[in-house]
Amino acid sequence: MMFDRRLIQNFDWGLMAAVTLLALVGVLTLYSAVNADPAAHQRSLHTKQMIWFAMGLGAMAMSLTISYKTLGRWAPILYGLVVAMLVAVLVVGKFAGGSQRWLLIGPISVQPSEPIKICVVIMLARHYAKEVTTRGFRLRELAWPMAITGLPFVLIVRQPDLGTAMLLLLIAVSMTVFVKIERRTALKIIAFGTVMAPLVWFFLKGYQKQRILTFLDPGRDPLGAGYHIIQSKIAIGSGMLTGKGYLKGTQNALSFLPEQHTDFIFSVLAEEWGFAGSALLLMLFLLLILWGLKVAADSRDPFGIILAVGVTAMIFWQVVINIGMVMGLMPVVGVPLPFVSYGGSSVMSMMVCAGLLINVRMRRFLVE
Amino acid sequence: MPRNYLKTADHEWYRQRINLAVGIVLAAFLILLLRLFYLQLIEGQEFRRLSENNCIRLQSIDPPRGLIFDRHGRLLVDNRASFDLSINPRDARPLDQTLGRLACFSGLDLSQIQSQITRHRQQAAYRPIPLRRDMNRDALAAIEARRYDLPGVVVEVRARRHYLYGESAGHLLGYLGEVDADELAGGKYPGYRSGDFIGKTGAEKAFETLLRGERGGRQVEVDARGQVVRVLRTVDAVPGRNLRLSIDQRLQAVAESALGTHTGAVVALDPNTGQVLAMVSQPSFDPNLFVGGISRADWQDLISNPKRPMENKAIQAEYPPASLYKVVTALAGLQEGVVDAHTRISCAGQMSFGNRVYRCWKKGGHGQLNILEAISQSCDVFFYQTGIKLGVDRLAWYARACGLGALTGVDLDHEQAGLIPTAAWKQGRFGVPWQRGETLSIAIGQGFNLVTPLQMAVLMAAVGNGGTLYRPQLLYGVDRGQDGPVEPVPAAVTGKIPVGEQVLAMVQEGLFRVVQSERGTARRIRLDDVAISGKTGTAQVFSRKGDADRNAPVADHLKDHAWFGAYAPSQNPQIAVAVVVEHGESGSSAAAPVAKAVIQAYLKPDDPVAPVEMVSVDPAENEE
Repeated sequence: MMFDRRLIQNFDWGLMAAVTLLALVGVLTLYSAVNADPAAHQRSLHTKQMIWFAMGLGAMAMSLTISYKTLGRWAPILYGLVVAMLVAVLVVGKFAGGSQRWLLIGPISVQPSEPIKICVVIMLARHYAKEVTTRGFRLRELAWPMAITGLPFVLIVRQPDLGTAMLLLLIAVSMTVFVKIERRTALKIIAFGTVMAPLVWFFLKGYQKQRILTFLDPGRDPLGAGYHIIQSKIAIGSGMLTGKGYLKGTQNALSFLPEQHTDFIFSVLAEEWGFAGSALLLMLFLLLILWGLKVAADSRDPFGIILAVGVTAMIFWQVVINIGMVMGLMPVVGVPLPFVSYGGSSVMSMMVCAGLLINVRMRRFLVE
Repeated sequence: MPRNYLKTADHEWYRQRINLAVGIVLAAFLILLLRLFYLQLIEGQEFRRLSENNCIRLQSIDPPRGLIFDRHGRLLVDNRASFDLSINPRDARPLDQTLGRLACFSGLDLSQIQSQITRHRQQAAYRPIPLRRDMNRDALAAIEARRYDLPGVVVEVRARRHYLYGESAGHLLGYLGEVDADELAGGKYPGYRSGDFIGKTGAEKAFETLLRGERGGRQVEVDARGQVVRVLRTVDAVPGRNLRLSIDQRLQAVAESALGTHTGAVVALDPNTGQVLAMVSQPSFDPNLFVGGISRADWQDLISNPKRPMENKAIQAEYPPASLYKVVTALAGLQEGVVDAHTRISCAGQMSFGNRVYRCWKKGGHGQLNILEAISQSCDVFFYQTGIKLGVDRLAWYARACGLGALTGVDLDHEQAGLIPTAAWKQGRFGVPWQRGETLSIAIGQGFNLVTPLQMAVLMAAVGNGGTLYRPQLLYGVDRGQDGPVEPVPAAVTGKIPVGEQVLAMVQEGLFRVVQSERGTARRIRLDDVAISGKTGTAQVFSRKGDADRNAPVADHLKDHAWFGAYAPSQNPQIAVAVVVEHGESGSSAAAPVAKAVIQAYLKPDDPVAPVEMVSVDPAENEE
């Protein structure tokens, strides 16, 4: 297929602008997060993050030049590859902080639980686009989507990375609800879940129950997660209306915030920029997500629509869970804030998401 | 088309679904925005106040370390209160002024305080930096009285380990020290932080995970001076478990005083479980010296002492087993059929082999004797003959099967395996083939043979109990607090002496006669009411050349090591003992009386403990 000139005319500059703005906010906040404390030892993280973004742009370009329909055809191979990497992580992966999430390939370490989310979204979109009806899906028709999601889900739980596993499940469920589950099937699933939950609970070991309870209610662990949430709430709340000013956050400066450059980056921003700044960031995310849904609405192709919805759901859940967590509304899980948190795997994966949305948008008028 | 009765999703349907999604997204963001509004605009003032001093802090609550008792519940190790001085530099503003005052009130050196602070700069912001442990009462009073001039200075009451019996069982109990970088990085001790204490040796190390408990902590709100205003949340520490060791402190003390000022080791085991009843290594050290960090002078004293007080001789010192090894030679010879009950060998005080003369310890010779007499009189010539017929490798196989040349698996660090040579071992080690004459030395426990006192105690226990080798255990049980009595640790069998019942019975009879027969080498320790079985041994430290008079006096540090291994009562033994007295000269005169005192104290606890006399005998009469 020749590269159509209309593609460039249809390039989604708005979405690109939103992404660039978010990345900029991220790098600025990161700079503050690692430099406010004079004793900090990771001073150059913001530079590294810019390199990640540059590489992310490459990944984005790749994910939008090839038509998403071609990507859809290649999806099973990609999916198989990443699942194999997830298995490899369990066998030869690198341990860090009590779990095994990283795979060392030469000099770089890869976290296959990031790309698997995108692979599952494409696989599900492809399947649902073929099978969708206005009646909604029945249980037997959901067997294949469950298999697609279940396999990586189990592998990620084994790492163990409960947060990412739940996120994957949330994305898959959102897409399934979007293409509609038949009413009686939905009721059956809910009823089944209600019965099974206490049963599973009964068979769990004491420490496993403890871990889940702490996950749901960090206040149960006042010396660990609960303490982090209190510090994060103090940081956010003390920002008040206009914030303490850039590079002037005190919670941040004294290393009271854990992981302030990754999962708790929003707290740093909220402390320094106050309600004005953090509400603005929230609106920027809202804009990005609604934009994603608009991409879906404007597409004429079921695969394109469902793909755009899936990718948007992925961004949406990460934003809601991360910001909800640092404000003490949600369980404490290691979910980074899209485009803003530090981290190569997260930046790359989010840039690919943006690329996919632009991909669908660019090709909305093309009929193959 | 199988599905043509279903309506295909058209664009309008997708629009509806997307609108639904938009609704959900808007609702979610509304909740986030409201929460943000609540935290920053409604509660903002309060959070701003809390953030001014960074005043929510975590304080650690150390778990009380488990106490250590002996098998009868006598307290051996407990915790005493220690007042520790520390400082939180973030609160101690202005820092220089506070440090100056502190140096003045506490008597600490200012530069020392400063270097301590720089050293701990990297650690988490809210953790106090320890300055001095276990302050005395006067210094404490001085600090407490000026509390308001010393912002950020904290006096914490922490537990300090206390060893009630000082040097007694020092090696066995071990001591604590600050956890070091290797231990922190090893991943073996999760949850430890620098400054924590950890068991470094002995039972303190072996049972670290049981004794430690779990750290607790509290979230507190502090004021600008670092004083706690309010406790927000508390997680209680889980205290460490109280342990009962297998040793009997009374027996331990008897064994220590029996050995007196001699260098050496005593091990007493329960032959039916392998539990260690006493483990003495002299000279010992006082674990209390290590509690507050040992001083350089004390440490120098300990490590420069030629008698190696830091070494646990019961498990770390390797000695030639000497005549105790004849037990192994006898077992092997009888089982392999190279000798039997009717074999009689004539001893003329020496024997020629190759172009060398091998001597018996008894110059005049023993005359004709059978194996029972050979064991009880410790005739070297009899066992030279037995050894030649067995060969070195067959003998080594039996020695290994008796647990020699391998770790016993006792719960203590740095145990040594000893050495049981084979022909292949010598070829590999020295590149020289085995000489048949060397087998003669091996057969009477000299030559390359090396064993630890613990290994010999395990062997004596096995011979006494009918052949079962146990892993020696130090733990009697773990205190279960409210949940009931101490649950004993089950015995662990590691092997069986590979000989028939009759063979074992014959060796037992031989050991019985060592003490009970008129010509037995240990007849002097015979008791009226308890039958002891045992074996004497005298390990050469210095080999006398050729015809040199074996009984000529030599310097103390060249005198032979004295061995005695025993079990009692001879029928259904309750205790097995191994004794080594370094440079004690003769097993019968130096080591046997120690074993006798231990056996007597254990089996007749009500009898008064008689002082041990290590008889000094006429060298001419000096027996093995």
